[in-house]
Amino acid sequence: MRWFWIDQFTEFVAGKKATALKSVTLSEEVVDEYSPGWPHFPSSLIVEGFAQTGGLLVAQMSDFKNRVVLAKVGKCSFSRPARPGDLMTYQVVIDNVQPNGAMVQGTGLINGEPHSSVDLMFAYLEDERFNDVELFEPAELCRMCRMLRLFQVGVYEDGSRVQVPQHMLDAEKAILTK
Amino acid sequence: MPTNEEVFAKVQEALVDALGVDDDEVVPTATMVGDLGAESIDFLDIVFKLEKSFDIQIPRDELFPDDILTNAEYIQDGKVTADGLTKLKERMPFADLSRFEENPLVQDFGNLLTVQDLCNYVATKA
Repeated sequence: MRWFWIDQFTEFVAGKKATALKSVTLSEEVVDEYSPGWPHFPSSLIVEGFAQTGGLLVAQMSDFKNRVVLAKVGKCSFSRPARPGDLMTYQVVIDNVQPNGAMVQGTGLINGEPHSSVDLMFAYLEDERFNDVELFEPAELCRMCRMLRLFQVGVYEDGSRVQVPQHMLDAEKAILTK
Repeated sequence: MPTNEEVFAKVQEALVDALGVDDDEVVPTATMVGDLGAESIDFLDIVFKLEKSFDIQIPRDELFPDDILTNAEYIQDGKVTADGLTKLKERMPFADLSRFEENPLVQDFGNLLTVQDLCNYVATKA
């Protein structure tokens, strides 16, 4: 099952902030079938879009090694439904980082106009309890990040580029040489 | 340094936001877990909110000393030993442990912390 609720990153400053785009289109089943006769993009998936934007921003801080999960949706508001043809912009900023999680604030735009805001809390699944649990296969996660152009736009605060972590490159290589 | 009233007001706001409870439920004697329904993931949220609100750092093991409660040296038959209680008191001078001491079951520790304890803790940092 496909579970991509952002189309691409347009900005990614490691450990700080990220911006991602999402085009709403009638060809998506959720837009067409969620509420037949009244096509719109469900608000719950807008939250997921924020979570994917923020979750990857948080995960990158550990070179995608921490098991980052959306633990809590704090405040969350929307000014209107997102309809086919709308271009959504998810802007997220890291608000606070702890050894066991991070807090992210998100602001959403539709066609450049303010639309939504969320507070999201991410937690890291602990090594002691989830040591044998892998949320994403590294090569698959790497492919996803590449498709979302994360490594193309990703930079650190000093302007240097975010590189594909070595463990992801190794995982990709292992698949290609299998 | 903030007054006790200012500390309480900010703690109350953090708990209302994090736990979705009403203002009047957040009274000094309310326990975080039993009365306000906090779950383990909420404590991370509460720490985030308190750090931001008071501009302080809250080290993970300071407010919730899990390392003591999971240390076999300080636990016997599901209860915190006398040495363990001494350690807890050293680490948690902001908390009233007197009732817990009467029957220090580890399983009851999670419901020990009150709103007042949280205010006391924050007051030592702010």
